[in-house]
Amino acid sequence: MTKPSWRSDFPLLANRPDLVYLDNAATTQKPAAVLDALARYYRCTNANVHRGAHRLSDEATAAFEAARETLARRINARSSREVLWTRGTTEAINLVAAAHGPLAVGTGDRILITEMEHHSNIVPWQQLCQRTGAVLMAARVLPSGEIDHDDYAAKLEEEPRIVSISHVSNALGTVNDLASLIPSAKAVGATVVVDGAQAVAHFHVDVQALGCDFYAFSGHKMYGPTGIGVLYGREELLEEMPPWQSGGEMIERVRIEETTYASLPFKFEAGTPDISGAIAFAAAVDYLDRLDGDAIESHEASLLAYASASLNQVEGLRIVGTARAKGPVVSFLLDGSHPHDVGTLLDQQGVAVRTGHHCAMPLMDALGIAGTVRASFSLYNSRQDVDKLCRAVRTAASML
Amino acid sequence: MPAAAAPCLDDIRSTFGFFDAWQDKYAFLIDIGKSLAPLPEADRTEGNLVRGCQSQVWLVPHFDGDKVHLAIDSDAHIVRGLIAIVLAAYDDRPPRQILDFDIEGLFDELDLIGHLSPTRGNGLRAMVARIRNIAREHAAS
Repeated sequence: MTKPSWRSDFPLLANRPDLVYLDNAATTQKPAAVLDALARYYRCTNANVHRGAHRLSDEATAAFEAARETLARRINARSSREVLWTRGTTEAINLVAAAHGPLAVGTGDRILITEMEHHSNIVPWQQLCQRTGAVLMAARVLPSGEIDHDDYAAKLEEEPRIVSISHVSNALGTVNDLASLIPSAKAVGATVVVDGAQAVAHFHVDVQALGCDFYAFSGHKMYGPTGIGVLYGREELLEEMPPWQSGGEMIERVRIEETTYASLPFKFEAGTPDISGAIAFAAAVDYLDRLDGDAIESHEASLLAYASASLNQVEGLRIVGTARAKGPVVSFLLDGSHPHDVGTLLDQQGVAVRTGHHCAMPLMDALGIAGTVRASFSLYNSRQDVDKLCRAVRTAASML
Repeated sequence: MPAAAAPCLDDIRSTFGFFDAWQDKYAFLIDIGKSLAPLPEADRTEGNLVRGCQSQVWLVPHFDGDKVHLAIDSDAHIVRGLIAIVLAAYDDRPPRQILDFDIEGLFDELDLIGHLSPTRGNGLRAMVARIRNIAREHAAS
């Protein structure tokens, strides 16, 4: 396989033909279909939603709510009432911690995460613990970058009220075995939250099959725009949660003495939402739905295998994270070289990667390293990109 | 490998003038970085870290009469090279000279910032700001 045909769908890649973009776990590039949807919305449909005294507003509202339906279908939510728009994964997890957290935990109750979490799936829980007196625990990660299932099982015995785990590790690419991790957490009665930021671009997520209570993800990591994301929440839980921000849009009736709140999902969407972002996010999902998902998965898996094998040939290079199930991410270290130095020299050669702790400092501590160089692949990357990466890494190694 | 002597500002200016290829600039930065005396482990403390740098940078000032002596180190080679340039401009100078020196002009002349990522450039500026603060405080004391 040479350059995938999908590549031509992405204007930025055509505008920067020399760029080898391997920072897809940070954000993906956007297909023309998404850019067109954004422009079309502002050119033809722009109006505020849900307060339609006129036809344009009705059209904007219809497009905005159709986008919600598209997202609900994509993750197989029971209803679009279970799909809340957020600014992204971070805000989605903060929403759960702020609005569901105090209903679920009190003094001395446990919250379980893992050592591999992104800071956005750690710090909101720490803050919840500070507010409520709950205690945060983290299941250990093995040197392979996989969750230590024995340690996870042992910590479940303390009956945590909330378990929050990533679907795919942003730093290492490990795909966590949610089919086993979620049922065991549900068996002790925990609310299960999944940080899906790194999963949604790479494979189909079915929230009902997973059996989680909440699932958080971002548009910009799956070919959509920045600033828009989704929190999926089980309807029963969302119903009992109080609003977390307040203002317009989320109310039913306001009197100075008392306010009654709007129904789901609007109760959690105070203020004018990111209408264009939601519509363009749905355009990204439509784009993905038009492609052959299996072909994307197998293309990305073959890039991962090829990159791993090629990088392993570089003397002094060590791949960090050797889980059996991985997304298309290769984290690595060069003997005696700082990841930032390697990243700078790769950048000089037109190869964009991420270096450092990847917002997962506890994971780096657990692995006994300060950071890594991370190459993350997407559907538009090619074997040529991998070859250029390897050549650039060899040049960097020879200079350092 | 015996460490080469730390380069002076004139050396750095004239050497950089010869370079066209990015490899040469970076090879030189890495090389002069290796000429830096490493900071003793005891000085690599949280308190000596320069905030705002992407890699870890430790800075320890000493005062010798009216002169400011700076010991700076990093865990990254390219950053050590940048430190060598900063030291060539600032080390063992009186505070007035440090405060008067046009470091942005030097960075422009060497075309340094353009070759650095914004975050790396900010780290370099954080280091400069810290040194200028030290000079200001010493001048006032």
